Amino acid sequence: MEIRVDHVTRVEGHGNIVASLDDGRLKQAFFQVVEANRFFEGILRGRDWLEVSHIATRICGICAVSHCYASLQATEAAMGIRVSDQTRLLRRLTMNAEQISSHALHVYFLAAPDFLGLPSVLPLIKQDPDTVLRAFRLKNTGYDLGAMVLGRHCHPVSAIPGGFTAVPKLSEVSKMRERLVDLRKDLDITVELFQKLDVPAFDRETEYVSLRRPDHYAWMGGEIASSDGGAVAADSYRDAVKEFVVPHSTAKHARWHREAYRVGAVARLNNNWQQLRPEAKKAMQALGLKPPVHNPFLNTVAQVVELVHCVEDSIAASDEILKVGLNEEDVDVQPRPGRGVGLAEAPRGLLIHDYTYDERGRCTKANCIIPTAQNYANLDADMRAWLPQLASQPKEEITLKLEMLVRSYDPCISCSVH
Amino acid sequence: MSDKPRVAFFDFACCEGCQLTVLSIGEPLVTLLGHVDVVTWREAISEKSDDFDIAVVEGSITRDSDVARLKKIRDKAKVLVALGSCATLGGVQGLGNTFDRSELLSLVYGEAGSQFEAGEVRPISAEVPVEISIHGCPINADEFVAVMEHLLLGRPYRVPNEAVCYECKLNQYECVFDRGDICLGPVTRGGCNAICTSKGHRCFGCRGIMDQVNLHAARDVLEEHGLKLEDILGMFKVYSLRASPEEKMTEVEREKARKAEPWRFGSTTSLA
Repeated sequence: MEIRVDHVTRVEGHGNIVASLDDGRLKQAFFQVVEANRFFEGILRGRDWLEVSHIATRICGICAVSHCYASLQATEAAMGIRVSDQTRLLRRLTMNAEQISSHALHVYFLAAPDFLGLPSVLPLIKQDPDTVLRAFRLKNTGYDLGAMVLGRHCHPVSAIPGGFTAVPKLSEVSKMRERLVDLRKDLDITVELFQKLDVPAFDRETEYVSLRRPDHYAWMGGEIASSDGGAVAADSYRDAVKEFVVPHSTAKHARWHREAYRVGAVARLNNNWQQLRPEAKKAMQALGLKPPVHNPFLNTVAQVVELVHCVEDSIAASDEILKVGLNEEDVDVQPRPGRGVGLAEAPRGLLIHDYTYDERGRCTKANCIIPTAQNYANLDADMRAWLPQLASQPKEEITLKLEMLVRSYDPCISCSVH
Repeated sequence: MSDKPRVAFFDFACCEGCQLTVLSIGEPLVTLLGHVDVVTWREAISEKSDDFDIAVVEGSITRDSDVARLKKIRDKAKVLVALGSCATLGGVQGLGNTFDRSELLSLVYGEAGSQFEAGEVRPISAEVPVEISIHGCPINADEFVAVMEHLLLGRPYRVPNEAVCYECKLNQYECVFDRGDICLGPVTRGGCNAICTSKGHRCFGCRGIMDQVNLHAARDVLEEHGLKLEDILGMFKVYSLRASPEEKMTEVEREKARKAEPWRFGSTTSLA
């Protein structure tokens, strides 16, 4: 049986499923990435430090904020730039914004139709407009929260090395806080909805990799930690992430301790769930998640848990801002030569930017490691393990299940190739 | 089949941020969806159809092997809308045209580089006729809605051709040059409502150089602030390598543009 899906739908970018079974036995199964390379690592060379984050952010339209902050942290580390508490607070708020809008997009628009037996959310506009409007509310509140601080969620305007070129008004923060509080009702219904949905029964334990910090559920900075044990600091990321080229993908694959590892919501949950906010822990219990979870489809459910966490953390961050106020801070940058590495947890997982600058503040070397690229080897391993278990089912059913598996990774394919 | 216009979305090399911007329009998008049938949109839906009236295409062409797919889309569409700077100008990846492509391939893939394909980065208009260009990196969501309204009403759409400076001044934002920074606002096509300068940043020129650009006025603005046109030429490379104002320059300026390096501040930058 030959299975081929050219350009899997409801994912970002272009990738194909190639799989075949011979008398019920696995012949081959892999995710073929055919997206065009835009050569960001090459084109960043020669650009001025202030242009670098502007360009690097454009690696991805969905996780632009994560790219922006990984980029800014790399430049700041290279040039020894320190940022204020206010900048850290605004970055925390907007990283939450990115998870909210991206997870809402994936959970409702990209993944949920599979569980409802629909080709997309379009039929729901007539059948169940409340669900569609709730999905838009969650997604757009995240989007608008990002835009409030950054001018635009995709691609951020005001975030630069060292801080921000503008800060929001407190009245805007206060209004946005109300909208975030209103989302609690939507989140309750979302948790109820996902309690009812059955995910395919398929467990495969793997290595789970995420950032880790002692102080809170990590979105930026900290160290790179593995569920197999061990952790490395930002500068030593190459000791953890070992990239390699495979012929069937224009994006590189990666491994650490084993042949493959997993990044993203399910990896963060497995590694850091104790640091979730209490409301998110409650949602996790209500959804029946008991870390460590080994079913790849539960990544989508882990995203629901993170939605709750990020909305609650945004409310808390807004409260802190409203208490201490916001000031227009001068950003003085003295370009200097050096190398720096920036770490972030994009919605899809661990993201690394690594830059070297010359004495004029010109980028001379750049390396970007994308979450989805790190997941491909693990996705291929999942496909190889699951396909024989599905062998007795009709071809259409197997095809749909493999597409669902790809979507559960929430892949960001053009980003992974960059 | 309903008699609503059938709309299909496609993309080539890009970040898909412009389609994401469309998805983020929210309730007005739900209203718009009542007036059209979206029949193909790989990023958002699994429905697929080769029968469509309006094709919205994001992304640039970077491989010869992608041209056939674009031409097939063009053949089927009555109207082709280029969505965002990658489609209208080539996008930031157009910077790749200033490097040796085999060097870029080996930089990323090492020895395996020769297995992969890379070509000249170009806007889709370099390969097929385009009826409407929606510029911007990313697009302005309001402009997308306006374009769809014009198409639905059968009215011609006028692509904005005022400088970003014009919109910046209408909004009474502080001039970026007055803050001691540089800006591509005087020569860049507006339609973005000066979003970057509204947040205290400079214009990076993402909508490309306006038609009939007034380089004399641009020179005057620069001279007032002790700068020359060549001081900002390096910045043009980020978006507008193909749409450069070179033909409007003197031979000396043209030569300088070819050699131009990114403009940078003195030793210290103040942005606030």
